[in-house]
Amino acid sequence: MLARRIIPCLDVRDGQVVKGVRFRDHKIVGDILDLATRYRDDGADELVFYDITASPDGRTVDRGWIARIARVLDIPFCVAGGIRSVRDAEAVLNAGAEKISINSPALDNPALIEDLARRFGSQCVVVGIDSDTTSDGYRVRQYTGDPSRTRDSGRATLDWLIEVQDRGAGEIVLNCMTSDGVRAGYDLLQLKTLRTSCRVPLVASGGAGSARDFVDVFEQALVDAALAASVFHSGSLRISTLKRELRAAAIEVRP
Amino acid sequence: MNSSAHVVVIDSGGANLASVGYAFDRLGVETIVTEEAALIRSADRVVLPGVGNASTIMARLTQLGLIPVIGSLRCPVLGICLGMQLLFDGSAEGDTPGLGLISGQITAMRPGHGLSVPHMGWNTLEALVDDPLLHGLDQNDWFYFVHGYAAPLSHANTVASTRYGDDFSSVVRQRNFWGVQFHPERSGRSGSRLLSNFLSLPSCD
Repeated sequence: MLARRIIPCLDVRDGQVVKGVRFRDHKIVGDILDLATRYRDDGADELVFYDITASPDGRTVDRGWIARIARVLDIPFCVAGGIRSVRDAEAVLNAGAEKISINSPALDNPALIEDLARRFGSQCVVVGIDSDTTSDGYRVRQYTGDPSRTRDSGRATLDWLIEVQDRGAGEIVLNCMTSDGVRAGYDLLQLKTLRTSCRVPLVASGGAGSARDFVDVFEQALVDAALAASVFHSGSLRISTLKRELRAAAIEVRP
Repeated sequence: MNSSAHVVVIDSGGANLASVGYAFDRLGVETIVTEEAALIRSADRVVLPGVGNASTIMARLTQLGLIPVIGSLRCPVLGICLGMQLLFDGSAEGDTPGLGLISGQITAMRPGHGLSVPHMGWNTLEALVDDPLLHGLDQNDWFYFVHGYAAPLSHANTVASTRYGDDFSSVVRQRNFWGVQFHPERSGRSGSRLLSNFLSLPSCD
């Protein structure tokens, strides 16, 4: 049976893993290879590297670290951040990443999803959606990496979720912003609501604080995978421990 | 296999060529990535990787004149993911004729029951047939899958199956042509064991 996936997300800047408020106050957490292999050894099913290297003048950032990881890592990984064109994506995939994840550039240019799917196949095209809960319902936010630029994208989350699938997205990461960083659990209501309109794999993101939160999101929102960052980076929950608890709750996971 | 044997990865134009090469590197085996017929013919092991779209990759192999070259190989050949699907007679993906080296037609997955397509993630093998490619592997080994089309079960060529809604062939073999639907290059220790088994297969039929 297909296992539910646990996906740690690491922020990368200039080839180092960092943490801090996005785009500010970054502290280097450690070497990218050390952390990646540590999560792999602890049972991570897949890794996401979110490249937050600033590129204000639009030049190509150094992505030599992708090939370094691809040489060593024997599980799949996805690269997010700064992928704005088929050429950007090609460089990342040729370096050895399995998937690329796009978010704001897809909102600016939705045809990019089709271009990528046609060129590389849907299976490696992940679309990230930052969804906020508002008085107008669930709305897609854009440029969430930079607080000074974050804005409403003009789209309802449900409409965008359907559109990106029609354009060829092979997987969707739904980051529920109200719950993000709060560690009070995934936004089960939102994920449950949107799951019914998602026929491709759906990855829950935002809010994981305990093993119970993962049990809940798999049992109630029926997501294919759960992504988390701070709960793993802080050391408060180890993936091996989490997987034991998921198995105890009769949720299929890879040992 | 001796260390001077040539492992050739056919440059099918897909995006996972680097990953496949790295996986053999980790086993201490160098690979040659090439589209040259002469190099492919002289190989001791040939890997046909594939990521993307069936018709795009078949068009590329046709254009390079590699269809008869692959068909004439007598050494062990391993198709990975789409590379495995291309070994079959044809695929419903874009109504693409295949290499015709393994009997059967690739069909679109329609698992239903609320299961997502593509089938993406870690899954296991069932109903394993005794085959040297699977030495040391069993139902407890996990492999990484990403695909929206699949091979049907066949008494003639299924070596292992996998369940996702319905059962499909996840490992196949006909003569010296093996295929795996999953990505051994990204399947941890189990995948690495399978690639190592591939390197240990007897060189000729």
